[in-house]
Amino acid sequence: MMLKPTLLAAVLFLSCGMAGAVTLRVANQGDAQSMDPHSLNETLQLTFTGNVYEPLVGRDRKLGLAPILATEWKQTSPTVWRFELRKGVTFHDGTPFTADDVVFSLKRAAGEGSDMQSYTSPFKEVRKVGPLTIEIETLAPFPILPDVLTNVFMMSRKWCEENKAVIPVDRRKGIENTASFKANGTGPFRLKERQPSARTVLVRNGTYWGKIDGNVDEVIFTPIGSAPTRVAALLSGEVDVIEPVPLQDIERIKASPNLKVSQGPELRTIFLGMDQKRDELQFSSVKGKNPFKDKRVRQAFYQAIDIETIKNRVMRGASLPSALMVGPGIRGFTPEQNKRLPYDVDAAKKLLAEAGYPGGFEVGLNCPNDRYVNDADICQAVAANLARIGVKVNLQTETKNTYFPKILRRDTSFYLLGWTPSTYDAHNALTSLMATPTDKGQGQFNLGSYSNPKLDELTLKIQSETDQARRNAMIKEAFELHANDVGHIPLHQQALASAMKKNVDIVQLPDNFMPYKWVTVK
Amino acid sequence: MTAALRRTLRQFFDGDLWYSFRRSPTAMAAAVVAFACIFCALFAELVAPHNPMDLATLELADSRLPPAWLPEGSSKYLLGTDDQGRDILSAVIYGSRISLLVGVASVLASLAVGVSLGLLAGFVGGKTDAFIMRLCDVMLSFPSILVALLIDGVGRAVFPNAHEGLAFAVLIVAISLTGWVQYARTVRGSTLVERNKEYVQAARVIGVPTLRIMRRHVLPNVTGPVMVLATIQVASAILIEATLSFLGVGVPPTSPSLGTLIRVGNDLLFSGEWWITLYPGAMLVMIALSVNLLGDWLRDALNPKLR
Repeated sequence: MMLKPTLLAAVLFLSCGMAGAVTLRVANQGDAQSMDPHSLNETLQLTFTGNVYEPLVGRDRKLGLAPILATEWKQTSPTVWRFELRKGVTFHDGTPFTADDVVFSLKRAAGEGSDMQSYTSPFKEVRKVGPLTIEIETLAPFPILPDVLTNVFMMSRKWCEENKAVIPVDRRKGIENTASFKANGTGPFRLKERQPSARTVLVRNGTYWGKIDGNVDEVIFTPIGSAPTRVAALLSGEVDVIEPVPLQDIERIKASPNLKVSQGPELRTIFLGMDQKRDELQFSSVKGKNPFKDKRVRQAFYQAIDIETIKNRVMRGASLPSALMVGPGIRGFTPEQNKRLPYDVDAAKKLLAEAGYPGGFEVGLNCPNDRYVNDADICQAVAANLARIGVKVNLQTETKNTYFPKILRRDTSFYLLGWTPSTYDAHNALTSLMATPTDKGQGQFNLGSYSNPKLDELTLKIQSETDQARRNAMIKEAFELHANDVGHIPLHQQALASAMKKNVDIVQLPDNFMPYKWVTVK
Repeated sequence: MTAALRRTLRQFFDGDLWYSFRRSPTAMAAAVVAFACIFCALFAELVAPHNPMDLATLELADSRLPPAWLPEGSSKYLLGTDDQGRDILSAVIYGSRISLLVGVASVLASLAVGVSLGLLAGFVGGKTDAFIMRLCDVMLSFPSILVALLIDGVGRAVFPNAHEGLAFAVLIVAISLTGWVQYARTVRGSTLVERNKEYVQAARVIGVPTLRIMRRHVLPNVTGPVMVLATIQVASAILIEATLSFLGVGVPPTSPSLGTLIRVGNDLLFSGEWWITLYPGAMLVMIALSVNLLGDWLRDALNPKLR
C-alpha cells in the first residue's frame, strides 16, 4: 500500500504539468495494420490513418463532400477533372504541400503493392497544371470521381523518397517499410508513437491549416481484442471510448450512470463468397470439379441459411438481413430489390441433389474472429445450417491479421467478408466485389472471382453515366444479374455500437469513421 | 485371466503403492473424480444427452437458454445452452474428451522426448550434453505459443487439405514440441546427481550396459519431479490448446474443447450469461485439480526418502 500515495502524487504532478491538455483514450477491437495510408483498403485502417493524412476531397458530418486539400473541383471536359489545391498547407515535417505531392500520391496509390487500385483504376493520367492545380483524366467519363478520392490520402513526395517509402507497404506479401511505422501527413494529428498491436499515440497538429472543432490534444489508441476486457477497461475508467461494444453488453453499459452507448445502422454488408474460378476447389472433398461453379449449389447454400434466427440469436436483433450487396443509405440501393430468397431447407436439399450432390460434400469455410460483429458466431451458425442439407463445413476462424492476407491471396474456397462502399455509391460495390477481377483493379475484392460479362459491361457504363435515373436503372439491372447468378450470399447489415464516458462527444459516421478532430471532451 | 496378469495384480495390491493409496483419502477422492471425468469423456456418446458435435442437430433458436431450474430454462437442456444452441452439459462432456486427449497425448509425447533427451544429456555428458542443452536454450528463448504457432503453420502448409483428425495431430505435435524442454532440463539435473552415486558406479563396475543402467537404475530415481511436472503440464497444455484455437490454428470451433467453451463463455460473462463459462470452467478445474492431487500423492509415494 506504500505505492498508492506515491502514485497519486505522480498523477497529480503529471496532471498539473499538462494543465488543460485533453487526452482521449480509445480502445478498439483491432489495430490499424500499418500507418501507410495506401496499404490496406479497410475501414479501421482508413479511419485511423485519416487523422494523420488527408484526401483532396473529404466528408462532412452529413456524409456530403467537403473541401479538404482541394478547395475547388470541376469537370473541364467529360473525362477531365480539375482540382485547385489549398494554399499554405504544410506537412508535419514543414514541407509545403504542392501539386507534385498529389501527382506522386495518386501514382503511389495506383502502383504496385497498393490496395487502393480499385479507386484509381479509372484514371488515365494525373497531371500537374500549375503549382497548386492538378488535372485527372479518366479513361471514360467518371462523374463520381470526387467521391472516389475521399479515401485516397496525400503523402509527401520528398518524405517518401527520403525514407524509401515510394512503394506502398504490401500487406499481402508482408512487406514493411518506413511508412508502416512513421507518418508525415497534413492532417489534424501527428503520429507520436507507434507500437503495432499495442499502443499508438497521436498528438494535435499545432500548425494545422484548418480549425479543429474538437478539443482533444492527445489520442492514445489501444487495441483490446478481448470483448470482456474492452468492456472492463471502459467500466473501470481505464479508457474513454470503446469500439465496438459487444452486443451482449449494451444493456449493462447503458445501465451505468457514467457511460453511454451510441448505436446506429452501418453501411457495411456482411456476405459469404465462394470460389467460382478454380476447376477444383482447394479445400473440399469434391475432386476434379468445382461445385460452386454450379448456380444450384450456390442457391442451395443461400436457401439453407436461416438468416432470421441468426439475426435474433447471434446478432441479438442488431442486424438487418439483406438480399443485396449494399444496404440502405448507399446510392443505387432499391428497397424493392431487397427481398431474400426464402429460407427453405427442403428446396436447398433438392437443388443440391439436382446438382449431383444428394449427400452433400465437405468444404472449408474461412472466417475472421475479431473483425465484424460476432463474425465467428455467424460462421458457426452457417456451418450448422449447412449441416442440415448434408454439407459438412470445416470451419477455420482466425484473427484478422492472418485472415486478411490469406483470403486476399485467394487461398480460400468459401469465406466471410464485410464491405462498406467507401464512396457511398453502389458502383464501388460493383467494381470491387462483383466485377471480374482484372489487373487494373476491377474486382480487387471479388475473392471468389464471380464473373458475368454483362455485369462487367454495365459496371463500366455506370461509371461514366451522368444521368442519375439511367444510372440507377443500370445499377438495378446489374444487381438483378448478380442476384440471379447468386454470385455471393449476402447476409446482413450489422449495427454500429460504440460506448463512451458521458462527458465524451464523438461523431460516428455510418461508414464507421470516427474522426478525432470532431471529438469533444467536456 | 492369465497367471502372469494375476501375479502382477497381486504384486500391485500387496505393494507399497496401493498401501499408500489406501491411506491417503485425498488421493482416493482425486482418483474417483479423475476416473469419473475420464469415464465420461471416453463414453461421451453414452453419457451425454445430446451430441454437440453434430451440427445438424443444433437449434440456434434455443441458444443461450439458462439452466433448467431457472425461469426460461428448458428441461431439455439441464445446464443450459451456449450461444450456438449447444447443450452445455453435453458440450462439457465432449469438450473434456478433446481437452483430455490433447492434454494427455501432448504431455506423453513431450515426456517421451524430454525424458530420453534429458537422461542422455545427464548421463553421457560432454558434447552430447552441451548440444542438447543448447537446443533447450534455443527452444526456451522463444515463447511457447510462438513455437507452437510455427509448427502448426508448417504443418498446415505441408497438409493444406488437413481434415480435423490431422488438425488434432498437428496440434498435439505442436504443443508437445514446446513442452519437452522442461522435462529434459529437470531430468538432466536429477541424472547428474544420480550418475555419481554408488549404486550407479556399482552397476558400472559389474558391467551393466549403459542403456540398461539409464533405464533400470537412473530413470526410476528421477521420475518424482517429472511426475509432478507432467501433471501440471496437462493443465497448461489444455490452456495452450485454447490459445491456439483462438488464434485459429487449434481445434475447429465447430468441435469445441473445454478451452474454447470457456473463451466463448468469457465473452458473455458481463451480460449475465454465466452458465456458458462456469460449467466448462468447473470441469477444467476438476480435471486439473484431481490430476494434480494424484501427481502430488504419486510423488510422495515414489519418493524413497518419505517412506
